[in-house]
Amino acid sequence: MSLDTPARGCRDTPVLKERGQREVFCGLTGIIWLHRKMQDAFFLVVGSRTCAHLLQSAAGVMIFAEPRFGTAILEEKDLAGLADANTELDREVARLLARRPDIKQLFLVGSCPSEVIKLDLARAAERLSAHHAPHVRVYNYSGSGIETTFTQGEDACLAAMVPTLADTSARELLVVGALPDVVEDQCLSLLAQLGIGPVRMLPARRSADLPAVGANTVFALVQPFLGDTHAALIRRGATHLPAAFPFGEEGTTAWLWAVAQEFGVPRAHFEAVTAAPRARAAKAVAAHAATLSGKSVFFFPDSQLEIPLARFLARECGMTPIEVGTPYLHAAITGPDLDLLPEGPVISEGQDVERQLDRQHAARPDLTVCGLGLANPLEAKGHTTKWAIELVFTPVHFYEQAGDLAGLFSRPLRRKALLTAGGQP
Amino acid sequence: MKLTLWTYEGPPHVGAMRVATGMTGLHYVLHAPQGDTYADLLFTMIERRNHRPPVTYTTFQARDLGGDTANLFKDAAREAYARFAPQAMIVGASCTAELIQDDPGGLAEAIGLPCPVIPLDLPSYQRKENFGADETFHQIVRALAKPMPRTDAITCNILGATALGFRNRDDVAEVTKLLGLMGISVNVAAPLGASPADIARMGQAHFNVLLYPETGESAARALERSCGQPYTKVVPLGVGATRDFLHEVAALTGLSPQVDESALRLPWWSASVDSTYLTGKRVFLFGDATHVIAAARIAATEIGFEVVGMGCYNREFARPMRAAAKAYGLEALITDDYLEVEDAIAAAAPELILGTQQERHIGKRLGIPCAVISSPVHVQDFPARYSPQMGFEGANVIFDTWIHPLVMGLEEHLLTMFREDFEFHSDAGPSHHGAKADLRDMQQAEPEVVAPMPVTPPTGAPLWQAAAERELKKIPFFVRGKAKRNTEIYAQDKGVAEISVETLYEAKAHYAR
Repeated sequence: MSLDTPARGCRDTPVLKERGQREVFCGLTGIIWLHRKMQDAFFLVVGSRTCAHLLQSAAGVMIFAEPRFGTAILEEKDLAGLADANTELDREVARLLARRPDIKQLFLVGSCPSEVIKLDLARAAERLSAHHAPHVRVYNYSGSGIETTFTQGEDACLAAMVPTLADTSARELLVVGALPDVVEDQCLSLLAQLGIGPVRMLPARRSADLPAVGANTVFALVQPFLGDTHAALIRRGATHLPAAFPFGEEGTTAWLWAVAQEFGVPRAHFEAVTAAPRARAAKAVAAHAATLSGKSVFFFPDSQLEIPLARFLARECGMTPIEVGTPYLHAAITGPDLDLLPEGPVISEGQDVERQLDRQHAARPDLTVCGLGLANPLEAKGHTTKWAIELVFTPVHFYEQAGDLAGLFSRPLRRKALLTAGGQP
Repeated sequence: MKLTLWTYEGPPHVGAMRVATGMTGLHYVLHAPQGDTYADLLFTMIERRNHRPPVTYTTFQARDLGGDTANLFKDAAREAYARFAPQAMIVGASCTAELIQDDPGGLAEAIGLPCPVIPLDLPSYQRKENFGADETFHQIVRALAKPMPRTDAITCNILGATALGFRNRDDVAEVTKLLGLMGISVNVAAPLGASPADIARMGQAHFNVLLYPETGESAARALERSCGQPYTKVVPLGVGATRDFLHEVAALTGLSPQVDESALRLPWWSASVDSTYLTGKRVFLFGDATHVIAAARIAATEIGFEVVGMGCYNREFARPMRAAAKAYGLEALITDDYLEVEDAIAAAAPELILGTQQERHIGKRLGIPCAVISSPVHVQDFPARYSPQMGFEGANVIFDTWIHPLVMGLEEHLLTMFREDFEFHSDAGPSHHGAKADLRDMQQAEPEVVAPMPVTPPTGAPLWQAAAERELKKIPFFVRGKAKRNTEIYAQDKGVAEISVETLYEAKAHYAR
């Protein structure tokens, strides 16, 4: 199993680092998928009306099975005296837990205002955890915009859980990153067929299934934005398996092979298990590659998935990335993807949205991947766009979703072609 | 600290964005952390705007906080002016920037931009979105509109429409048309569609039409003081209110209030016999005060519904709201907690909810049809077609919109006659809505209910006998809640511990109207 690496990848490409206005969500947004993933968890943002408004706007449509997230909105009197704010927080948490006895994990999520007034949510979490033990465990992390960008909220959340995980000396594989349930099941099934186990997941669907961690734990990330979680697991003595991310046929194979090698899976067995799903994935991607091949693509920074996705589009769909923008570049984590991404595109980190729009305008890419705030204005100027948030809210990992992933990029192009044929400008 | 799951209003700086985004030639420099840019998508996605909101966010991060966030603001303001060359600028802080107290107004003044710069002071921890819009528009008008000679012909300004407002685009068009019928032309409609240069010439109008008190009243008062322009108090929502509005304008201008009403169809649609079934239908209204108060009048006097509950989320209008509710013998519900609204709706057991997108979801949960009458609204409430709420065409639109969710008259009768028809039962939903009817299994035997031992519940509430409960289920779903509640009240009043089929029908006779 060897990957056909390009003559020169992007690992050593100088990175264009920018500062300025960022058109991205803050880390609170991660709550929208995390609260569905962890079925006995409640996420309590301690913040402002803006935080509450963000959550309901980003959720797009309301999740009206009473959501397992909410905002404790700071008011004038909370700002005046922090002692009172703590009392108020204890009272709101007690009321919440009384109403929702099904909650086993409570996350106190810090926000921009709670960070600025230095409300110590770590101590509050300790205090509340002691008070509500053993029924409820209280964690805390920050999803504030002054510290986290979009998917970094999940990273902060998982990193906050790592120090509390039980110790183990067992040799186990830990798969890290929230996956849609259907994808998680496929991942576990592939690993089982390869004979790899036991496998634990972080996050777990229920708190009772939380993994243990120790010196014999090896972990593989399924999301590229988990830098702090990566560091926290290494502090617990676990070993990281660096690999390209499991997007597309090639990425999934590379990811599985990295794990398989660690667990001594024979090459022939690996081929036998993966041959059929690889063929299916390649076939499904090919259907969309016909639309995508030869087209250029420009990524605005959003979820940190940009580097692995650019690799997928370049190598499996025949696209030419012009610029790959990412909020943060973790070379240790996305290195294998950078190696595979053929040199050529500008790799940019951070954002000055006005300047980036100038570059995008000059480049006139065939497809622009950007956030919801930019998509319609760019469409109105004649660009074809793919809103990036859908890449986070859709099952896109592993073999059986490879075609769906390619489809997310081909659909806007096919749609544009249909409407153009119908006489629209 | 207050736990909030869903909110009716955003923070005040989003109100300022609604003003800025509705206008042209104005730019908003907002001191705000990364993430506050989410608000752009309200406009680009929910309202499908094809331009980015004219807002520059300073995007400060944690590492900036110890350093110089003030310079970050100054740089952002300079660059925004250089790039967008606006006629005027508004500057302010979001909730987080308010805490670091950088004084955007002072900073912007210090850098001496070559355009008017209007500072906004919007207290994020006390006030909300509507206040933000109202105050922002007020400050823009105060800074830019000056007294000037009146136009020769009678003209007016239309105040209060903003970006992201419920049907604001079409209301302005409809009211402009209506005023045109009286021979009045519009000088400036603002904020929606106006530039700072337009604001500067507002003083030449003879009077102001206040379309949305929530977002335009402070500006209307300011113009009354500074430019001596009276403003209208009646909001032309509904047939009666539109006619009152025309009379109010006639009193201000000396023109005739008689206009061509040939396009008005609500009165006949309502009077035609097929609408008889609407009589006394119980409706619950919730939204912003202006829309709810007007909707209550339409419901009660133009469609013949019974208003069984009403309220608003904007506390600023609690007083007129309470007064209006009193006229229907009701206590107004003033709250921004949707769980409270849900409880009130469940308790009132209405047959129709007129509300916001929140109430639409409440209706879905409770199985009660709902039509939307007020912000906040979602993407489906920004229709492609012309769809005003105000004026005569607005009244027509309202009739259609409110009636659509209901089961139609004869269909309702059939449901009552053949209560347990397998394909036409009450859970199947109105037949004109196209959802697949949930066919019942004809072979399925009526589940044998084992009557529980009558135990008196601790609350002392009367107990339903199994037969009475079965009988209750035969009552069509749209009146079942009311029947259940009335029967229980009746039983309690009469000291009946167990509700039998007879109790049910005694209660029905007792409440007959």
